[in-house]
This record gives sequence, C-alpha cells and structure tokens, in this order.
Amino acid sequence: MTEAAHAARSHETSRSPSAEFPKGRRLEAYRWMVLARVMDERCLSLQRQGRIGFYAPLSGQEAAQVGAAFAMQPEDWIFPAYREVAVALVRGVPLRSVFDQLVGNASDRSKGRQMPNHFAFSEIRFVSASSPIGTQITQAVGASMAIQRRKDRIATIAFFGDGATSSNDFHAGLNFAGVFRTPTIFFCQNNQWAISLPRERQTRSATLAEKAAAYGFPGVVVDGNDVAAVYRTVREARERALAGDGPTLIEAQVYRFGPHSTSDDPRRYREDSQVQAARQRDPIALLKATLVQDRVLDEAADSKIWEEARAEVAEALAGAEKEPLPDVASVFEDVFAALTPRLEEQRDEALGMHGGHRP
Amino acid sequence: MNPDSAVEPLSYTPEEAAAALGPEWTATLEKAYRWMALGRAFDARMQGLQRQGRIGFYGAATGQEAVNVAAGLASTSDDWVFPGLREQLVALVRGLPLEEYAHSIFGDALDPARGRQMPCHPTARPAHYVSMSSVIGTQISQAVGFAYALRHRRERGVVLAFFGDGATSSNDFHAGLNFAAVFDLPVVFCCANNQWAISVPAERQTAAASFAAKAPAYGLEGRQLDGTDFFAVYRELSMALRSARAGGGPVLLELRTYRLTPHSSSDDPRRYQPAGWAEEGARRDPVARLEAWMQAHDLLPADRRAKIAAAADTTVRAAVRAAEAAPPPAPETLTEDVYASRSSGPAEGTE
Amino acid sequence: MTELTLVQAVNRGLQEAMRQDPDVLILGEDVGVNGGVFRATEGLQKEFGPGRVIDTPLSETGIVGTAIGMALYGLKPVAEIQFLDFIYPAFDQIVSELAKFRYRSGGQFPCHVVVRAPYGGGIKGGLYHSQSTEAYFAHTAGLKVAIPSTPADAKGLLLTAVHDEDPVIFLEPKRIYRAVTGEVPDGDHRVPFGKARLVREGSDVSIFAYGAMVPTATDAAATLALEGISAEIIDLRTLVPLDERAVIASVEKTGRAVIVHEAARFCGFGGELAAILAEKAFYSLKAPIARVTGYDTPFPYSLEHVYLPNTDRVAQAARTTVRAG
Ligand SMILES: Cc1ncc(C[n+]2csc(CCOP(=O)(O)OP(=O)(O)O)c2C)c(N)n1
Ligand SMILES: Cc1ncc(C[n+]2csc(CCOP(=O)(O)OP(=O)(O)O)c2C)c(N)n1
Ligand SMILES: [Mg+2]
Ligand SMILES: [Mg+2]
Repeated sequence: MTEAAHAARSHETSRSPSAEFPKGRRLEAYRWMVLARVMDERCLSLQRQGRIGFYAPLSGQEAAQVGAAFAMQPEDWIFPAYREVAVALVRGVPLRSVFDQLVGNASDRSKGRQMPNHFAFSEIRFVSASSPIGTQITQAVGASMAIQRRKDRIATIAFFGDGATSSNDFHAGLNFAGVFRTPTIFFCQNNQWAISLPRERQTRSATLAEKAAAYGFPGVVVDGNDVAAVYRTVREARERALAGDGPTLIEAQVYRFGPHSTSDDPRRYREDSQVQAARQRDPIALLKATLVQDRVLDEAADSKIWEEARAEVAEALAGAEKEPLPDVASVFEDVFAALTPRLEEQRDEALGMHGGHRP
Repeated sequence: MNPDSAVEPLSYTPEEAAAALGPEWTATLEKAYRWMALGRAFDARMQGLQRQGRIGFYGAATGQEAVNVAAGLASTSDDWVFPGLREQLVALVRGLPLEEYAHSIFGDALDPARGRQMPCHPTARPAHYVSMSSVIGTQISQAVGFAYALRHRRERGVVLAFFGDGATSSNDFHAGLNFAAVFDLPVVFCCANNQWAISVPAERQTAAASFAAKAPAYGLEGRQLDGTDFFAVYRELSMALRSARAGGGPVLLELRTYRLTPHSSSDDPRRYQPAGWAEEGARRDPVARLEAWMQAHDLLPADRRAKIAAAADTTVRAAVRAAEAAPPPAPETLTEDVYASRSSGPAEGTE
Repeated sequence: MTELTLVQAVNRGLQEAMRQDPDVLILGEDVGVNGGVFRATEGLQKEFGPGRVIDTPLSETGIVGTAIGMALYGLKPVAEIQFLDFIYPAFDQIVSELAKFRYRSGGQFPCHVVVRAPYGGGIKGGLYHSQSTEAYFAHTAGLKVAIPSTPADAKGLLLTAVHDEDPVIFLEPKRIYRAVTGEVPDGDHRVPFGKARLVREGSDVSIFAYGAMVPTATDAAATLALEGISAEIIDLRTLVPLDERAVIASVEKTGRAVIVHEAARFCGFGGELAAILAEKAFYSLKAPIARVTGYDTPFPYSLEHVYLPNTDRVAQAARTTVRAG
C-alpha cells in the first residue's frame, strides 16, 4: 500500500462523517476568507505600485474556495487554475510562501519561473497551475485514473472557471472521467465572466452544471457565496468519488467583484450597478451575519480578525520583498532532470553576461 | 442481398411513406434505391480492388447508405456538406460524377486534387462538398464558420456537418456545437453513429445516455434516429434543414447505424466485435430494409431490381476502367497549390 | 501620415481593411466590447458591429476552425489569438487544416485566414505570455509568417496579409506595442511580403533580426559604431516568404552574420538562416555565423532579462565575429 493510501485510511474521513459543515469550524473559515480578501486588496495596490508584476483577485469567490478546500482532505490532489490562492492557504501553505511566489524571489518554491498566481506546492498536493485555460482538467482526470489503479482512497479536484467550460480539455476531461468513472470533482467557479465575455455568451446551455449530462454523470449547481453549501456539495461529491460512483461536476455560482486581473479594466464591459448588486451577497458579509446572529462573533472580534489579517499580510510581504532574485544559473535547471552539455554551455554564457554563481 | 434474409421490416403504410418523403414519394424512393444500390456496389468493387492491390486503401460506408442518400436527396443545391469519413455517397447524390470520384481514389492525373489525398477523401466544390480531412472532427467547427459566412452574406444555404460517434470526443465537436449555438447558425449536425470508432464501441466513447444527449450541454435539441430507416432519416433531415433554413438554429441528429464492414481495408473487426454483432447488423441493413419494403408494396418488381443492379455494376466498372487508364499526376503538381502562386514559397526572394 | 504606436497601427490596419472590404471580419476572445486585451481592436465593434467584430467563447480551436469555415466560403476572417502562447488548442486547425486546404483540394478550396497573435517576451509574462514560437509555423508548408517591427510595417504587412490569398500567421511583438512610435501612411498602405527591410547599412557585419529584436539590434549597431564596427541591420519582416536574396547579398558584402531572435536557439528560425548562408554564401563568410537567441529553456518570469537577448549580447556576438576574421 502506498503512503498516501495509509494516510487516507487512517484519516477520519474514511469513517464517512456527515457532509454537514462542522459548525465549530465556521469561524476558522471566516478567518481564511478575510485573509484572502485582505490579501487581494493589498496585492491590487502592490501591483499598482509596481512591487508585484501581476495579480488575479479572487474577491467574491472566497466562500467557494474555502468551502471546497475544507471539504477536501490533505491526501487529495488539487489541480488549480490561477485564482485559487485561498485554497492553497487553507491547505496550509504559509502566507510567506504565497508572497515569495507573487514577488518571484529566490525562496519561491517554483524558483521565480512563473507569473504571479501560478502556484505549485507539492507539499499540499497543489499541482503547478498553468496559464492556458483548462489544461488542468484532463490532468486531474489522469491523476484520478492513477488513484484508481493504485486503489488509493482519495480524490482529485479540478478548479476552473466558466470560460474554461469551452476549452478542449473540459470536453476531453469530463468525457474521460465519465467513461472511466474516475474519482474526480470538477469544481467550476462560475464568476459570470471570462474577462469581458459574460456567462450567457460563453454557452447557450441553461446552466454549466447540466453539461455533465453530456458525459453521463451528475452536475449540481450550488450557491458559491454560501460556504456551508459549498462544503456540503463538495463533500458529497467526494463521497461519491470514494465510493466508486464516479465524477461530479459542481457549478459554484459566484460573482467576480474585481477586475479579471490587474491588466483588466472592467468598466469597459460591465455596469458598476451589476457589481454593486452582486456585492449585496458578498460571501464574507453573509458568513459574518450568521456568525453574529449565532453570537460566535461580535464587531470587536471581527475588527480584530481583519487587523490580524492585515498584520499577517504585511509581515509576509516584507519578508518576501527582502529576498533577492533567484540565481541566474537557476534559469537552466529543471528543463530536464539533469543539465545537458548544451544547457551548461548556455548557462556559462549567461553567467558571463549577468554574473551569479555557478552551482 | 438476399431478399429472404430476416431483415427488420420497415413498418410504414404507403400514406406514412408519402408523409415522410413528400408528394413525389414514389419517384424519391426509386431514386433513393438506385443510389443506395450504386453505393453498395461501389463499396463492394473498391474493397475487391483493394484486396487485389489495385488501390491502396478503402473505407466503405456499407450500412450507412440510408443516411447518405437521404442527406443527398433532402438537401438543396444551396446547402453545403462538410463530410466526416463516410459521406462520399452524399457527394455523388449531389452531383459528383462517379468517374471523377474514381479518379480521386486512384489519385491520378484527372483527380481534381491531383492525387494528394488518400482514397475516400474526395473534394467536390460543384457539389458543395468540402475537402475532407483525415483528422477526426476538424470539419465540425469549420462547418460552423461556413454557416456564419452564409448568414453574413444573407444566403439561404444550410450546412450539413457530418461526423462519427468517435468524433463526438474531439475538440472541434465541443467548440463547433458551442459556437453554433451561441451564434445561432444554420447547421444540421449529423452524428453518423455506426457504433464503432475503429475498435472502440460507442458505449466506451462516452458515458452519456446517447450522443443526442450531448446537445443540451450546448443549449441545443438533440434527436436520436434509426439511421437504417430511410423514411425516418429523410423525414427528420428534411425537417431539420427546413428549420435551420428558416432561422431556427442548429440541431444535433444522431443517426444510429451499423458499420457492416471493417473500419477500413486496414482493419480486422474480428479482433474486437462480439459474436452476433454482424448478424444483428445484417438485420438492420438499410438497403435490404428499403428493398424489402418496396417489394412488399410492389414498388420494386424483380426485373426492375435486376436492371438497377446491372446498371450500377456497369457504371462502377466504367468508372474504374477510366480511372485505371489515367496517368499519374505530373511531377510538377507536387509543389503546386502549397501557396496561391508557386513563387510565394518559403524562399520568394530567390525565385 | 500619422504618428502611431505599433498597436495603434495594427488597429488602423484592421480598420482600413474592414472599410475596404465588407468580407473582412474579426473574431476572437475579448475583441469586441473590450477592444482586445491589448486594445488592438479598440473601437472596431462600434464602427462595424458585433456581426463583424465577434466576441467568441473561450476556444481557440473554435476561433480558428470557424475562421477557416468563413474563409472557405470566401470571407476574409482575421482571427485574434489573445497571446501566441494560447494558440495550441488551435494548432491542429492551423497546421493540419489551414495550411493544407488549398493543397489537398487541388486548389478548389483555398483558405485564406489571417491569425494574429501578440508574441514575445519582455513584459514580465512568464512562461505563457512570452514565448516566440514562430518556427513551428514557419516549418509548416502552406503558412506564411509575417512579423512587423515598426508601426508602418505593422499596418502595411497587415493589409497585405488580409488581402493575400494564403493563410498568414501574423505575429505582433507586444513588447514594442507601445514602446515604438512612427509615421504611418494613411489609407491603403501595403508592404509586400518577401522583401526584407534594410534598417541600417553597414560593411563589417550583417545582423538579421525581426520583431522586437530589431530595435535591440539597432541599439547594438549604435554601440558598435562607436567602436568602429559598421553593422548592417536587416529586418526580415516575413519569415515565409523569406527574402533570401537580401540575406545572401548582405553577407556577400559584409562576410559576417549575426542572427538574433528571442526564440530558443535549438531548431529556431536562426538555424534555417544559418543553413541557407552555409549553403549559398559559404565562400563569402569570413567568420563563423553567430546566433544570439533565447536559451533552450522555457521562458522564465523573474529572470526574463537573463533569457532575452539584449544589446550587450548582440554587440558582443558582433565583436566576436569581427575579431574572428
Ligand atoms: C487557452 C487560453 N486562451 C486564452 C487565455 C486568456 N485568458 C486568460 S483568463 C481568460 C478568461 C478565463 O475565464 P474563466 O475560465 O471564466 O476564469 P476566471 O478568470 O473567470 O476565473 C482568458 C480568455 C488563456 N489563458 N488560455
Ligand atoms: C485526430 C485523429 N485521431 C485519430 C485518428 C485515427 N482514426 C481514424 S478513424 C478513427 C475512428 C473514427 O470513429 P468515428 O468518428 O466513429 O467514425 P467512423 O470511422 O466510425 O465513421 C480513428 C481513431 C484520426 N484520423 N484523427
Ligand atoms: Mg469566469
Ligand atoms: Mg463510428
């Protein structure tokens, strides 16, 4: 038996608890959502100041991400797109590591090779994110087939957007998953926009979830602003996956509050009134309201949570910004398992030009 | 064809047949039967030639004649066909001369495509039959763009996009149906589900309940039809074409048939088809089913049937003879048509 | 004449083409309401309507596949791929279909599509917003490949591309979209394919470049001039068709060649140029040909300045060839 299988079996989830969101963890979820929101706001301004090169905010999608992350287990594999910062944080990546990536410094786990937001954290089974839309979907299915082959009791979850449902790999990925009944959760965060293209012009199907029928498995719509609902839905899908009942497509309906990315100006294609209307159902406000109502949270405690989040972000950022750039020689590593003579030659040429250490 | 073989009868009254085929229904039936017989005879002859080494490759459409002939007859001269792998008979019905098709199979000097493609990949612009690709599915999104252009120019034509069951897994199936629905274009998607993609059975191609069931994923209507029932195919295709022509948007038709021959001359289905499959397929032979119905309704007397068979045989033989007599393409055609003018090749400056 | 940036010149080229011919239409992601993520199609949907400037779903194979269908019918579609890095979902349509339609149909179905894509590094785009993979397309018979380096050429080559009879991959060096400005002729300005541009005359060494490497090479030539080295700069403009005559003639004059491109060196377009020179100008060469290129690695984010050829590297290569003989 593999290590992962051992771990999975000893894990509490294999005792099949209820799919209800554990009430005791609501405040924890709230903290993560606040942290993500604070990070978002900070990163937008950092980009404007030129301190990071790019950022893709997740505001409006915190409940969807945190709910899904809570429902998955540490042994599960995550195939993210570029917005899944909150998922990485919940799974235990230090905020500092996130900022190392955003800054692209020498401590970045991916050696500063990718644009901001394209994380890879093998320690939390968070697979390297790519820019080309949709490619992670088939990859998640392949990992799920490997899980089947090894008889491990875990699942994979693929994150993608409404736009990605039009991609080649959505079609191939869901089709393979249906045919091979893989333990895969397809988690589509429908934030209503693919850059400037509204959801209703992406496809004419009534919902994205119903696309699952084209591949022979269930699709469900969930209110992505409701962290408990997201949790329950993902949890149930995971149980189906582990029971051998195959994949599920989940459409978490959310709204992208911010720009697509720091390169985008949404005023060109959408009315601010639409955004304001969507903000009426801000997932953070919704969760806060229930917490306040249940007397788990009051205004003073809430302010403290926000303050702590700000402090945490400031500290992580300061640390990341102190780090130097990756070494010049690192450009030539990891192309192949070992440096080829040709790459060694090119590395030496680059070192001659730019300085740096020969490892 | 043995008229006594136990084919699944087509249960139509003459009134129903007339309703499916229109007022000229007996003439349509006669034409349809002649084309189906010709297609069948041509397939048989080509497979024989391939075994003798006289052509390099052949992929038959045996079992799919009802679909192809219905499409050829139900479409108008304004319509366009983007074929999958097995719709050559549609081109013939729409006016591609058999002799010219034979030239393309032999890849000779008289092939309009100058022998550049494998057998079974004809191009027939006058018949509105677009150059076919070996690459599965690519024609689907092309058909959609073509339909966009037709509408852009305010023309009446509808595009028939053919593809197999296997092609439903392709990228361009997904993109094509999605774009067609979003832009509401005049396309009739025809999935010729012959239940096999080489050795992969339809139920392992997808877990969906049917191929037609994929349509709602794009906000479209999907209909599953018995593709061995000429009446049903003709009726539904006519309706779909009419609707698309009137601005009703795209539709997906799944035409269920039986591939009665190997995938191609390079394939041996005994390796993968279960026992009894061929027998089941034979009961659903579209030509035999139509023939039995026509005979039962006194529309195909024995002498007429014999005449049609003989005529098909003569036409096929003449086409093969002409093609075998033609020389190979001239060597200089090798570098023609890469670009519009030969001088625009990669090294223009030195020409 | 109007003073424009390169991206504005692309925009004017598209506008001019669409005014000239109602069959010209644009399709791609975010090209309509949003005017393109680089604003290359700014204002065009307003002028020509959503039927001619089409926002498509997120599918490159859908974009190019439908563009092919439009072209088969006789329209002149210009497909925008948001970044060259995202063209691969459409690679099948481009190399298997677009490039081969005319040939495989014996000329019955010519298929003229322009596929525009911003390409190249220098904008901190990391692996997937930076690559220069022109060689994939230049390698495919049936495609033409055009790459402007000035605003005037951007408009002129684009108008030629739109009215050409063959499929054209039109690569726009996004790093200099706004960094260079220049006078652009108004109206129907066309720059012929297959005619390289002599950027600067010189006698000691020929530097061949295209796209964003042209200004880099030109800066290097200025540095070299101070050292008494006279560098000739040739902007290839179109890789296919290639102006072989200009390439060979320049080396026959200078006897030395430095080839510059951002793309990785191995099997890059420079390899083809070097082979042509070895085959057809061997006896004129006084020194080994030098290539200054991206390295044979993926395109890095933080260290893109290491990866990308710069003025120093170009100048250094030129000095080396001059010293060699
Ligand atoms: C293959 C590909 N085409 C185009 C792009 C450019 N692009 C980046 S994000 C994006 C929209 C994605 O929308 P969606 O899938 O809804 O995700 P969201 O950004 O809303 O989270 C586009 C078109 C890309 N990254 N990859
Ligand atoms: C993209 C691509 N992959 C694989 C093949 C090889 N191939 C040729 S036909 C075929 C099966 C096609 O099945 P289907 O779409 O059902 O059409 P049919 O042959 O049954 O008419 C395959 C896999 C191909 N031609 N193109
Ligand atoms: Mg979205
Ligand atoms: Mg099939």
